[in-house]
Amino acid sequence: MFELIGVPPQALFGQLLLGLINGAFYALLSLGLAVIFGLMNVINFTHGAQYMMGAFCAWMLLTFAGIPYWGALVLAPIIIGITGILIERLFISRLYHLDHLYGLLLTFGLALIFEGLFRRQFGSSGLPYTNPIPGGTNLGFMFLPWYRAWVVAFSLTVCFATWFMIEKTQLGSYLRAATERPDLVQAFGINVPRMITLTYGFGVGLAALAGVLAAPIYSVNPVMGSNLIVVVFAVVVIGGMGSILGSILTGFGLGVVEGLTKVFYPEASNTVIFIIMAIVLMLRPQGLFGKPK
Amino acid sequence: MPETQLALQEVHAWYGESHILHGMTFHVDAGEVVTLLGRNGAGKTTTMRAIMGLVANRKGSITLDGCELIDLRSNRIARHGIAYCPEERGIFASLNVRANLMLPPRLKPGGLELDQIFKLFPNLRERSSSQGTKLSGGEQQMLAIARILRTGAKLLLLDEPTEGLAPVIVQQIGNTIRMLQKHGFTILLVEQNFHFASTVADRHYVVEHGQVIDMIPNAALDANREKLKTYLGV
Repeated sequence: MFELIGVPPQALFGQLLLGLINGAFYALLSLGLAVIFGLMNVINFTHGAQYMMGAFCAWMLLTFAGIPYWGALVLAPIIIGITGILIERLFISRLYHLDHLYGLLLTFGLALIFEGLFRRQFGSSGLPYTNPIPGGTNLGFMFLPWYRAWVVAFSLTVCFATWFMIEKTQLGSYLRAATERPDLVQAFGINVPRMITLTYGFGVGLAALAGVLAAPIYSVNPVMGSNLIVVVFAVVVIGGMGSILGSILTGFGLGVVEGLTKVFYPEASNTVIFIIMAIVLMLRPQGLFGKPK
Repeated sequence: MPETQLALQEVHAWYGESHILHGMTFHVDAGEVVTLLGRNGAGKTTTMRAIMGLVANRKGSITLDGCELIDLRSNRIARHGIAYCPEERGIFASLNVRANLMLPPRLKPGGLELDQIFKLFPNLRERSSSQGTKLSGGEQQMLAIARILRTGAKLLLLDEPTEGLAPVIVQQIGNTIRMLQKHGFTILLVEQNFHFASTVADRHYVVEHGQVIDMIPNAALDANREKLKTYLGV
């Protein structure tokens, strides 16, 4: 068997695949954050909890209603998205006239409450969720589990579809224009408050979708979101707040960088993203794809 | 007897604590071009924004074809058939010229088609894939007017469309306004440029301290020139 720079290929490609998987979650989650921040200027700290709730929703649908993975993939984002809509209407919408900081504090508080409730109900040890597509294929240089291939392919599709909707459709024009001048867009006859509510619901739905995708890979537990979201915020800072394409590319890119670091210098694999974040903040504070303010 | 399209009765408006409109009362008939003249800070732009529902705190009565608008949100007001072109033009940097043009949704049937708009403003066709804010000031003004012609709104609110533009462009905007009037649009215009106003408008309202203090038909303008000079302080 050949070796690459002293590293067995199974290890290299295995870590690359893991990196892509992590990248898929980073991309989906930071995309949701970017969509929400772009239109609402709210840094949604509840995002990690909403990802966790997506995973729990899939688990509950299976356990209590017998609805399998594929049903949950559709239903959980809708259900959690609707809870997002309620949160926006009941709480967040009251804060738009205040500084961003209040939205951040509110959503952070909500995240703590949701995590606390789930921990009280389900404990923190984690619940198993059966892999819906077991098995895989041997590519010669590595073993490719079907489910992981599915996660990467599906999240790429969702990311691309979201990018297309925002950059290439009339609805996306409304969203982008409302980011600049919500008052004027509303004066053209568009119900901007409703659009904001639905956008928040959509961003939350993306987080829940990531949660459903994660359920068969990681165990379903109340802190799964808070572990991940710290890294995702670093991804968002590196990509540039509010940039759609930036969050997708940075999400996948940093997943791969993290995977490669595990191969070549495992000691740094947990910190490499934060090191990159620090460097980006020093050299290009608006992020790699962000526009300077 | 011409039909009243827009009527304001005792409209008051506030920005926070400051009381800007102190009982604006005037009307615009269907098919008319009417200007609001007045010094800076008299409340002309606020009047436009109050009609459009962009001033949260307002009271009094604003009717369009007899429908009361004062309690409606701005998107509902627009749906009654009013389109607004703000003073700062409001061209969207994240959209190209074509997307800027296509942004305002159709409110009523009878709006201009894209081809007709490009015939009126050939520059916009040439630059349709440029970023909206990369256009010259004159082109941005054309774009800001052009995009509300698609909507089918019959009442256009144009806030200082000639501000900061070269004379040849001002002339082009004048031609456009006269052409729009022929097409049956009703236009309420805010103007600082009184000469320009006199070439396009049927009537002029003079605004001071958030109130209409006089109305001068365009035909009687010469007779009232001295009075107007005192009002405007020019």
